[in-house]
Order: sequence, then structure tokens, then C-alpha cells
Amino acid sequence: MAVTKQETSVEHQGSTGKLERQGFPIASLILGTLSSIGILTAIWMIFLYAPLDAVEGPPQRIFYFHVPIAWVGMLSFCILAVAGIIYIITKDERWDWLARASAEIGLVFITFVLITGSIWGRTTWGTWWTWDPKLTASLILWFMYVGYIMLRSYMGRATSSAYAGAVLAIVGVVDVPIIYLSVQWWRGLHPSAEVGVPQSALPPSVVLTLMVSLVSFTLLYSFLMVQVYQLQRLQALAQRLRAIVE
Amino acid sequence: MRAVREVGADACIFFIQVGAILWKDIRYELRSKQTWLGMGMFALLVLVIFNFTFDLRVDNKVAVAPGALWVAFIFASLLGLSRTLAAEREQGPMDRLLLCPVDRKAIYLAKLLGNLLFIAVVEIVALPVFVALFDVPIFIGQLLPVVLLGTLGIATIITLFSVIAATTRARELLLPLLVFPLIVPIVIGAVRMTQLLMAPAANEPPWLGLIIAFDVIFLSISMLVFQYVVEE
Repeated sequence: MAVTKQETSVEHQGSTGKLERQGFPIASLILGTLSSIGILTAIWMIFLYAPLDAVEGPPQRIFYFHVPIAWVGMLSFCILAVAGIIYIITKDERWDWLARASAEIGLVFITFVLITGSIWGRTTWGTWWTWDPKLTASLILWFMYVGYIMLRSYMGRATSSAYAGAVLAIVGVVDVPIIYLSVQWWRGLHPSAEVGVPQSALPPSVVLTLMVSLVSFTLLYSFLMVQVYQLQRLQALAQRLRAIVE
Repeated sequence: MRAVREVGADACIFFIQVGAILWKDIRYELRSKQTWLGMGMFALLVLVIFNFTFDLRVDNKVAVAPGALWVAFIFASLLGLSRTLAAEREQGPMDRLLLCPVDRKAIYLAKLLGNLLFIAVVEIVALPVFVALFDVPIFIGQLLPVVLLGTLGIATIITLFSVIAATTRARELLLPLLVFPLIVPIVIGAVRMTQLLMAPAANEPPWLGLIIAFDVIFLSISMLVFQYVVEE
């Protein structure tokens, strides 16, 4: 009796899955095309259109990659937390798939933030790493992503795992600004290099390149999100089917 | 008027429940004495090891000693507290507690107070030893508020996440991975405050304010989300 019940639920899931699958290639195709066009344009603009930095020289061009990737890395954590909150309220599994997808992609992006930032820092400040608030916050964010993914993989696909993930994401997203502030205060006494983007008097071509790069990387992020979300959905479905077979 | 009285009665019941759970945990610990002794010994050992790892001299004492103290506290709390809650979840008392018509916030608060008490006992033993071993110019009475508020912040996060980590196989490994990134502000604030008590400096940011803000924010969040952590 229980088995038939489960089967119907899976069939039901399968039919809704089919509906989603019909919509999936179109969104995926559009986002994929847009992001690949955007990134190709961005690469052209970064290497040929944007002016050479007078002080830093060619290595400054890494800035056009670094800033958009960092933006996506932070955005991804916010989406992770928002998906967690909505999951807690609605108890709808799809938000959990979104959260998992966001964590996986966010980890990749934040890793690249640390790598590109280190390379840029090496050429500009002459050091791979400095305990600047932005760098430290990114590193802690990286640890949180890793902790989140480890927690989820240890706990499997149970409901408790989704709740635990949501709680970690909520606590984490509140904590990141506090960490940033505390590191800023901590380093306040020491003469540290003023890190970050030169705020004033950016030529329009630089701003334009940065904007194109920002938009394309955000598109790339949404494209990847669609893919990993589908993967999460299929994994959940596969596991449910396996549970029935066993 | 009646509504006010009802709210008062609810609050009264809430604190009676907190007290009952806390008293149960204290009696359990008084009988077994495993956690207190283990955590205390561990904290002392960390302090001794730090003496060897940092070749302590007069000129670097103020820079090293506060870090050693807080690392000892945090490591001892992480190790000790991951065990207590894991045993509770595995052997069943937690399930029975959840079956009772008790507010989840009361359970969290009782667990938090119990954990705070465990760490406090360890700290009361470790602090004089710290002062003696490191020979630092500090008055323990001044240090107490910092230690108390810092420990509250650490215990808030550890209590919440030890319940989560207790359900997994790799809890001893997972708990520090989850907790350490989150308590960075407390670590920075508490170590800096301890340092300031040893060597006062001007124009310091309000570290105590930061620790209190951290405590308040995460205590509220933990109370709100604890029910989702314990329910399956």
C-alpha cells in the first residue's frame, strides 16, 4: 500500500518535472547565449578597449574580472540565505534546491575571487595576502561556503539537512557584515594598504567595461544556476526512485 | 489586565521550564563529571602548550598571552560541548524532551545556560592558572566581564550548531568548521579587549560594544531558528 502511494507521488513529481523540462531548454538557451556573447564582448573590451592603467600596467586588467566575480560570490550568498528563509517559511523543496545550487556556484566564484585577488595583490602591493577587511571577509565567506557544502553532504537529503543549511545561511549572512566591521576595527591601528577600487575619476571606458563585465558574469551566474538547479532536482528525484527500488 | 496576567503567567512557565531542564543537565553532569573535568584539563594543557610554542619573553607577552587564553577557552568549549549534545541526541533524552509540551526556545535557553555554566567552571579554573603561567599584569576582576560576554557569544553559536552537527557522523570535525568562521568577531573583540586590559591604549574602537551587539543579535536569531534545528 505504502509502495503504491510512493509510486504515485513519484509519478506526480515526474509529470511536473516534464513540465519544467519543457521550459528549461529555452531559458537555458537564452541565458547561455546571452552570457557567452556578454563574456566574449567583455574579454574583448577588457584586453583591447579599456585603457592601460598608467601606474599598474597590464595586471590592472584583472580588476575587470575580479570585481564582477566578487559581486557574484556575495550575491550568491545572499540568495542562499533568502532561499533558506523562504524554505523555512514555505517548506517547499524547490527553494532548498535553489539554495544548494547557489552554494555550489558561489563557492566556485568566491574561490576565483581569492585567486584573482591574490594575483592582483601580488603585482600591485607586492604581497599575495593582506588582512584587509575585504580580503578577510571573502576568506571567511569561503569557509562558510565550504562549511555549508560539507554540512549538506554529511546530512544527506533529509528535511533536517535542509533546515540546518537554512539556519547556517541565515546566521552566516548576518555575521558577514559584523566580521567585516570587526576586521576593519582590528586593522584600524595598523598602517595597511588602502585596498579596493580607485573610487574617483574613472574614465568612462573603464566604467563601461566594468559594467559589461558585471552584467555578463551575472548572466553566467544565472545560466549556471539553472543548470545546477536542474541537477539538484534530478538528484532528489533519483534518490527518491532509488529509495522505492530498495 | 487579564492579557497582561496571562503573558506574565506564560513567562513564568517559560522560566520554570528553563530551570527544570537546566537543573536536569546540572545534576547529570554532577554525577558523571566527564565534561567539566575533560574540558578543564584540556584548557590547562592548551595553556601549557602555548608556553612552549611561543617562546614567551617579557616583550611579546602582551601580544601572545590573550590569544593563548582565548584559544584555550574556544577549543575546550568546542570539544566538550560537541560531546554533551551528541550523547543526548544519540541516547534519546533529546527526543523525549522534544515530546514534552515545552517551548523550543526554553530548551535552547536551558542548553545555552548549561553550556555557559560548563565553560564558566573551566574558565574559573583556567584563569588563575593563566595568570600564574604567563605571569601577566592583569586583575582577574577586570577581565571577568570580557570573559563572560565573550563566552556568551561563543556558547550561543556553539549550542545552536552542536545540535546540528550532533546528527552527523563527523560531528567533532564539522562543529569547528561551522563555528570558527562565525565567531571571528568575538575572537577579535575578546582578544583585543584582554590585550587592552594588560596594556591600555587610547582611541580603541568599542570592542565591548561589538561583543554585546554580537551576543544580542545571535542570541535572538538562535532562539528563533532553534525549533527548525531540532525538529525532523
